[in-house]
This record gives sequence, C-alpha cells and structure tokens, in this order.
Amino acid sequence: MDELQPAERFQESLPPLTAHEAALEANRCLYCYDAPCLQACPTHIDIPTFIRKIATGNLRGSARTILEANFLGGTCARVCPVQELCEGACVLGRDHTPIQIGRLQRYAVDYVQQRGIRMFQPGPPTGLKVAVVGSGPAGLSCSAELARLGYEVTLYERRELGGGLSTYGIIVLREPIEVALREVEALRDLGVQVVTGHELSERAHLEELLAAFDAVFLAVGLGAVPALGIPGEEYVTDGLAFIEASKLDLAHLEVGRRVLVIGAGNTAVDAATIARRMGAEVTVVYRRTEAEMTAYAHEYHFALHEGIQYRFLTQPVALLHRQGQVVGLECVRMELGEADASGRPRPQPLPGSNFVLPADQVIKAIGQEKPRLAQALGLALEGGYIAVDDAFETSIPRVFAGGDCIRARGVASTVMAVQDGKLAAQGIHARLAAARQETLL
Amino acid sequence: MSDLRVNFAGIRAPNPFWLASAPPTNSGYQVNKAFEAGWGGAVWKTIGAPVLNISNRYGGLSVAGQRLVAINNVELISDRPLEVNLREIAEVKRLWPDRALIVSAMVEADPRAWRDIILMIEDTGADGIELNYGCPQGMSERGMGAAVGQIPESCEMNTAWVTSVARIPVIVKLTPNVTHITVPARAALRGGAQALSLINTINSIMSVDLDTLMITPSIGGRGTHGGYAGPAVKPIALNMLTELCQDEVVRASRVPISGMGGITTWRDAAEFLLLGASSLQVCTAAMHYGYRIVEDLIDGLSNWMDDHGFATLDDVIGRSLPQVSTFGDLDLSYRAVARIDPERCIRCNLCYAACNDTAHQCIDLYSPEGLRVQPGFDVRANGRAVADTRPTPQVREDDCVGCALCANVCPVDGCIEMVPVPSGRQSVTWNELTAAQPEVGSDWDAMQRYRAENRIDIH
Ligand SMILES: Cc1cc2nc3c(=O)[nH]c(=O)nc-3n(C[C@H](O)[C@H](O)[C@H](O)COP(=O)(O)OP(=O)(O)OC[C@H]3O[C@@H](n4cnc5c(N)ncnc54)[C@H](O)[C@@H]3O)c2cc1C
Ligand SMILES: Cc1cc2nc3c(=O)[nH]c(=O)nc-3n(C[C@H](O)[C@H](O)[C@H](O)COP(=O)(O)O)c2cc1C
Ligand code: SF4
Ligand code: SF4
Ligand code: SF4
Repeated sequence: MDELQPAERFQESLPPLTAHEAALEANRCLYCYDAPCLQACPTHIDIPTFIRKIATGNLRGSARTILEANFLGGTCARVCPVQELCEGACVLGRDHTPIQIGRLQRYAVDYVQQRGIRMFQPGPPTGLKVAVVGSGPAGLSCSAELARLGYEVTLYERRELGGGLSTYGIIVLREPIEVALREVEALRDLGVQVVTGHELSERAHLEELLAAFDAVFLAVGLGAVPALGIPGEEYVTDGLAFIEASKLDLAHLEVGRRVLVIGAGNTAVDAATIARRMGAEVTVVYRRTEAEMTAYAHEYHFALHEGIQYRFLTQPVALLHRQGQVVGLECVRMELGEADASGRPRPQPLPGSNFVLPADQVIKAIGQEKPRLAQALGLALEGGYIAVDDAFETSIPRVFAGGDCIRARGVASTVMAVQDGKLAAQGIHARLAAARQETLL
Repeated sequence: MSDLRVNFAGIRAPNPFWLASAPPTNSGYQVNKAFEAGWGGAVWKTIGAPVLNISNRYGGLSVAGQRLVAINNVELISDRPLEVNLREIAEVKRLWPDRALIVSAMVEADPRAWRDIILMIEDTGADGIELNYGCPQGMSERGMGAAVGQIPESCEMNTAWVTSVARIPVIVKLTPNVTHITVPARAALRGGAQALSLINTINSIMSVDLDTLMITPSIGGRGTHGGYAGPAVKPIALNMLTELCQDEVVRASRVPISGMGGITTWRDAAEFLLLGASSLQVCTAAMHYGYRIVEDLIDGLSNWMDDHGFATLDDVIGRSLPQVSTFGDLDLSYRAVARIDPERCIRCNLCYAACNDTAHQCIDLYSPEGLRVQPGFDVRANGRAVADTRPTPQVREDDCVGCALCANVCPVDGCIEMVPVPSGRQSVTWNELTAAQPEVGSDWDAMQRYRAENRIDIH
C-alpha cells in the first residue's frame, strides 16, 4: 500500500462492479418468494425485484425499485452493514456466499445518478407546508417522501453542505462526498427548498416555524464526541472532526506518526483507518476485550487487515504533553468484573498498573453526545433522546422527529434513519390529513 | 479402463469423439491440431460447389449470463478451393492413419457431379463420405443441402447415385427441419446409405438487436434465418435420435448412427450413446472452448463407464432405449408425490410460488413454531435474524398431483424428490383401458364414472 499515492489510498474500498460482474451476480440471485433479504432490510427495498431488473438489463427500473423504498439507496448501498442486514439473511449464505446485494444496489443507483436521470416527480400539491430541520439521512428521506406526497417542503441545515453524517462523517473509503451531495441535489429536483447555514437553536425559533408551517420534522442527529474527562483533554483530537477534515481537505489533514485511537466502535475503526492510510502507526485503545466491542466483526477484521493494532483492557487516565505537543497517553490496565447494566462485564482498573503508551496524536472516538437541542426546545425525552409516539410526533403537537436523535433503542445507522424519515413523513401525512378533515367538518 | 474404440460402419477410431463438419474442421492445420488434442475423428467441413461466404455469420444465444448456449450461422460450405481441401485431406490422413477422417460433400443434383466428387474424395484415402443434406440456408436455394434432405425422393436418388459409385462407407446426415425424421432416414436407406448422422442445424432467427432493431447477425442491414446448434438443441437431437433408433426400418437395416446436436460434456455424450448413437460429433462446444475439451470428454466418459462396469461402448449403446415408450403405454396408476427435505431446504420458497401460482396449490408454509402461516412478513422486523423466522414449505401429499414443477424449480440438488407412493389402483395403461372400455375415451360421463369407481379425485 505504501507505494500508492494518497489519492489512490483513499478510493472507495470496494470498486464498482463491472457490467459483466453485475450481470453474473444478478443472475446468481434466486429471486426468492417473500424474500428474507427484503424483510431484513429496514427500509424493505424489494431486493429480488431490483436484482432481477439488473439481470434483465432494466437498470432504470431497478434504481426506481430501490429509490422508491429508500431515497438514499446510493448512500445505503455503501454504508449499510449488509452482513447484519440483507446479505446476512440471504438464503444463499447458508451453504455458500450470499448475493452481494449492496454492490448491486450501488450499481443500479449509480447508473441513474451518474447520468442525472430524474426518477421522481413532486406529487399533486396538497397546499400544506412542512419544515424539516437537519439534512442527514432522516431529513432527506422525510423531505423526499413529503415532496412526493405533494407537500411544500423547506429543509433547514445549519452546516454549509447538506447530507449530515453521510457528507461529514462517513469516511471516503466508504462514501465519497459527491455521492451524498448527489442525493441532496435529487431532493432539490423534487422541488424541496434546501436552506443551508441555518440553525434552529431556541424555542422561539421553533414557534416561528410552527406559525409558518403546518408541521416541523426534527432530524438533528446527535452531538459531538463526549469528553473523556482526563487531564490533558484539550490536546485530544476529536474523532468526528478528524474524519470530517479527511473528507473535506485530505491534503491538509494533520496526522501524527504514532496515533492512538480511544474507543472500539465503528467510529474508532473509521478514524483509525484514515490515520493508517495516511501512513501512521495506529493502535486502538479499549478498556474491555474483543468480545465486548461494539464494532461489527467484519469492521474489526477489516481494521486488523489494515494493520491497525489493538490494545484491550486498557483505560486512558491522562494525556501527556510537552510544550503543547502530545507525547503519550498514560493508561491503566483493566480486568473484567461483574456484569453491568448492559449485560457486559464491567471493566475495573488494576491498581498500580499505570503505564505510558508513547504517541504524538490521540484521537477520541467514544460515540456521540445525545441531542442537546431537545432540552432547549422543551421536548420530552426518553433516555436522553427525543421521545416520539408511533407516528413520530414529539410531545409538542405538530413537531415530529426521527433518525439518530430519537434512537433510544437499537443501533444508530443510516438505513434506520432513512426508514424513520419515510415513516415519519407518512405519520405527518396521516395527522395533517386527519386534522384537515376535522376543520372541514 | 474402459475401451472407447469404435467401429462405425467399418470406419475405425480410437474414441467416439469426432469433430462435426463445420468451422472446426475447415483445414489441414486445424484437423491436425484437433487430432493432436485427441479427437478420435473428424468430418471435414463440407466441400463441393463453389461458394462465397459472407461476413458476420454467427448469432449467439446467451441465457442468464451464460454465453453461447446456442449458435446460429448463415455460413455456407467450405469456400476454399476444392484442390486445396483435397490435398490437405490426403496429407492429414497420411499423418493420422488411426483416426477417422470423413469428408462431407454437397454438389448439385446431378449424378455426374456426385460421381466426380466421390472419386476425388476416395483418392485422398479418406475413411468415409458424409452427404450434407442439411444446410438450411444459402445452399438450399440452389437445390442442395436441406432442399435434398427435405424431399424423400431427392434424398433417395442422390444417395443412390453416391452409393453406386462409392467404395467407402457413405453416411447420410439428416436435417431436423422436417416433420418426421424417419421419412428422410428411410429414403436414405433405400438409397443404400451405410450409416446415418443427425442432427444438422435447425432453422432459426437468433434475435433482434434492441438498440439497432436489426435482426442478428445483421449483414449490411439485412439478415436471414440461420442454422441453430449448441447446448440448447440437445433435447431435440436426442428425440430425433430416439425416433430413428425405434423406427423398425432403421432398426432392421442395422446401420449405425452418429449422434450430434449440443454435445458439450461427457455427460451429454453418454446420453447420446445410451439412446443409440454409435459415434458422436461435436461442433459448437469446440467452437466455444477449442479442441482441448476432448480431454475431459474422453476422461469423463471413460470414468463413468468404469463406475458402471461398462467395458466397451457396445455395453452402453442403446442401453436406455427399452425405456422409451409411448403415452398410451404408460401406467396411468403410477403415482409420485413431491417430498421436501427440510434439512436441505434453504427456504427460497420458489416451490411455494410455483405450486401455488401455476400448479395445484398443495404446498403450505409453516412457521418455526410449526404453525401454518400465510406468506408475508412483519414490516417492523428487520436484520439478519429474519432468516431464522422464515416459514418452511411442506407438501400436502394427498393433494399433490405429482407434476414435479416444484422439484424442477428448486435450486438445491436433491432437496425435492418425487417419491413413488402406492396409488391403491391396479396398474393400467391408456391403451389397455380404452381397449376394455372404449367409451371412457370418448364420453365424459363414462370417464367420470370410471374415476368415481376407482376413487380418482381431481381437484
Ligand atoms: C463516524 C461515523 C461513522 C458512521 N458510519 C456508519 C456506517 O458505516 N453505516 C451506517 O449505517 N451508519 C453509520 N454511522 C451512523 C449514521 O451516520 C447515522 O446513524 C445517520 O447519519 C443518522 O442520520 P440522521 O439524519 O439522524 O442524523 P445526521 O446524519 O447526524 O444528520 C443531522 C443533521 O442535522 C444537522 N443539524 C443538527 N442540529 C441542527 C440544528 N439545530 N439546526 C439545523 N441543522 C441541524 C446536522 O448538521 C446534520 O447535517 C456513522 C456515524 C458516525 C458518527
Ligand atoms: C458455424 C457452423 C457451420 C456449419 N457448417 C456445416 C457444414 O458445412 N456442413 C455440415 O454438414 N454441417 C455444418 N454445420 C452443422 C454441424 O456440423 C452440426 O451438425 C451442428 O452444429 C450440431 O452440432 P453442435 O450442436 O455440436 O454444434 C455447421 C454448424 C455451424 C455451427
Ligand atoms: S435472499 Fe438472496 S437469493 Fe434470495 S432474493 Fe434475496 S438476494 Fe436473491
Ligand atoms: S409436484 Fe406439482 S402439485 Fe405436487 S407439490 Fe410439486 S408443484 Fe405442487
Ligand atoms: S424450492 Fe427447494 S430450497 Fe426453495 S423453499 Fe422450496 S424446497 Fe426449499
């Protein structure tokens, strides 16, 4: 890998399928009845149908089948943990290799997106207006669904570019920025007004939206990486900011020679991979063991394959620095104790086992903070996340929410956010239609 | 090790695998190379009347990504000068005395023309002559090829002209583009043919190009029907071979038959032998993969023969023919039902869709808890775990008519078996039944009474 130029090292890790590969793979699909892959997909894309359409050479039809169920089919094709979802359920996985559903999906969606083929039309106008806050997967999906139902949608995004974590948080090896931005463009094609650089920050502001719109959908995602609470914290690199910098301006990314990454979830793997591909020696520091890691098994194996080292049962206690320059991380060894609330054994420090791992950069990737905005807006919470009912409505009438900001249960992922957005749009549609019926009576 | 040697109407070869008269046998260079690869014989690309071949001659059929399941050609006979072909044939035969070298020929319907070419062929030292009465395009318009094969009188007369001159065995190669293959076969025998071969190519239009809207192959914007060959034609060839082998006149003549049409692997070859072919010819498979396939053809056939204790080809030839029957002689009381092996089943539920939509609605779905369920799923469920809650198909054997559709669609080998079960009825054939009770075959009321008496319930 060392002979590769940086640009080559940061190409999408899975190359696109060639037409021949796609045809062979699509023809391998059995076209199962009531297919398990379809059921396993959180957005329930009709997978056998879209694959069959690839097999018959009907790529436009294939993309439509995908995008009708999942407006972010291009992003999901790249970022979904398919092993845990559709491909994990494929009947062919029982005896041999499952169909490469994700790559086939990418093949079909890329076909229409790269050609700028317009897939959908806005629905006949309902005369109703909805404001969507946050342009991540949940916001985009909800906006698209509403636009197709004939709503006038305005999407507010506080950042400069739309797309949420697909744009700023998913490493280019998995998804280049253009793919995420194409999806924002596809939304504009549906007549959605996308207003970037516009933040919703207080209750008064929400009241203004409620006065101007018939409903508001909050898809604000989660916050920054939480503090470690150790001395020297100010010298720690924020994992999300690090990934974001790698997406926006790889050439000026600051990477140490010896890098430590704290945390063992998927974000840690991502940050570690970037540093590694930039040529650093990378070690992931985690306070529990391999068995308790939240990263998927395939992610862990990917990391090992990349040459990333792991140090288990190790807890950072202080960041060591000299003249503003990181020199190491003081850690303490841990041992596993009783099971904690999550059912995993609780790690406990071994007294007197402190030692120093030399490093010139320490990156924290220990998850994201819960949505802070919720309190400012006065919304009811559930475990720190925004509480919603079955129709995705919050404690404030006409204010709906979905995506990571409501994910009190289950794993936060793009496809779940997309499904939330879709279902919330249907919830909004149902509530507004019911309300309208009442006023007419 | 089994013995693969053949003696076909006096033509000897170390194995039954011969290249059919076609592009693979177009020149001395090629046939030499083929013999080096191990082919037991070759039928030289048809020589005869002067022709000009056309450019863009082949159309290909792809099925589900598999290329060249069939080929279709608008090629004529050899366009190389006669003398060149004859000289090369003589050279090859001199180099390969142990291989079968047969020359395919076609000339206008004139006894002198046939006589001239037969003498020239015999001068090369070739082992036999194959009469090409098959070419479906180009030559037939000139009164040759299929134009002879399709008219029994012409077939008999042309053959007689040849056999009255030839001192080496004469094989008549039949065209499948007829209603009854036995008619031209019997004509050839009346003309004195020492052997038959089949099938030549089938009339076909390969496809229409959906971008250009041209039929393929497109020759300067026009196209024509061509000859169809390759794996896709095998069942048709096997059927015609069987019809010949069962025909009493052909049987009585005891002439050997060289079988071809879709032979691609040793398995295909074994099937042709079992249904009565004494030698085998291959064209499309060699065009697809080159001469090297002969190694597995020989090796596979010989291993299979060893496994079954067949020492020579004579032990194999025609061995499955006694099973071939007619509908009227099949046992109406035989009953088989589909049975699914739940251990092998991967739950694609294709059998369910097939039986439910287009057969007899007798496959049910059962949840892991053993409850009968309808298709469909809970939209709130997702993730790989849904695979564990998939319903399993199960056949209601009482209602199964034994059509075997499910067994044919099931993607897992050996997962659905058609199991014979007692029908509780006396064995009877249609011929026996209608001989005893003619009204059953002509009157619906009588048929209903017969069914009621025999408790035959059709739902
Ligand atoms: C590093 C990383 C890697 C990941 N990798 C994967 C992966 O490989 N596969 C996968 O499926 N998932 C992955 N995820 C998770 C996935 O990205 C999220 O689950 C998904 O993006 C959630 O979508 P969302 O729309 O709810 O929120 P987000 O994508 O977070 O979008 C929220 C948007 O709202 C905007 N916003 C926030 N507050 C305001 C406000 N007050 N006013 C206006 N705008 C606001 C934000 O700027 C942002 O654009 C990853 C997450 C991270 C952090
Ligand atoms: C391109 C092509 C050219 C052929 N030319 C001749 C020919 O000149 N003479 C002949 O008797 N048969 C000819 N045939 C027919 C083959 O000999 C053979 O009968 C037919 O292809 C079926 O066998 P296969 O399925 O193995 O190809 C030709 C077939 C093909 C595909
Ligand atoms: S489960 Fe696998 S084989 Fe069946 S339809 Fe889905 S992708 Fe195709
Ligand atoms: S054999 Fe035919 S009728 Fe019987 S279960 Fe199979 S498909 Fe249905
Ligand atoms: S077709 Fe075969 S593998 Fe598929 S569900 Fe039916 S029995 Fe099982």
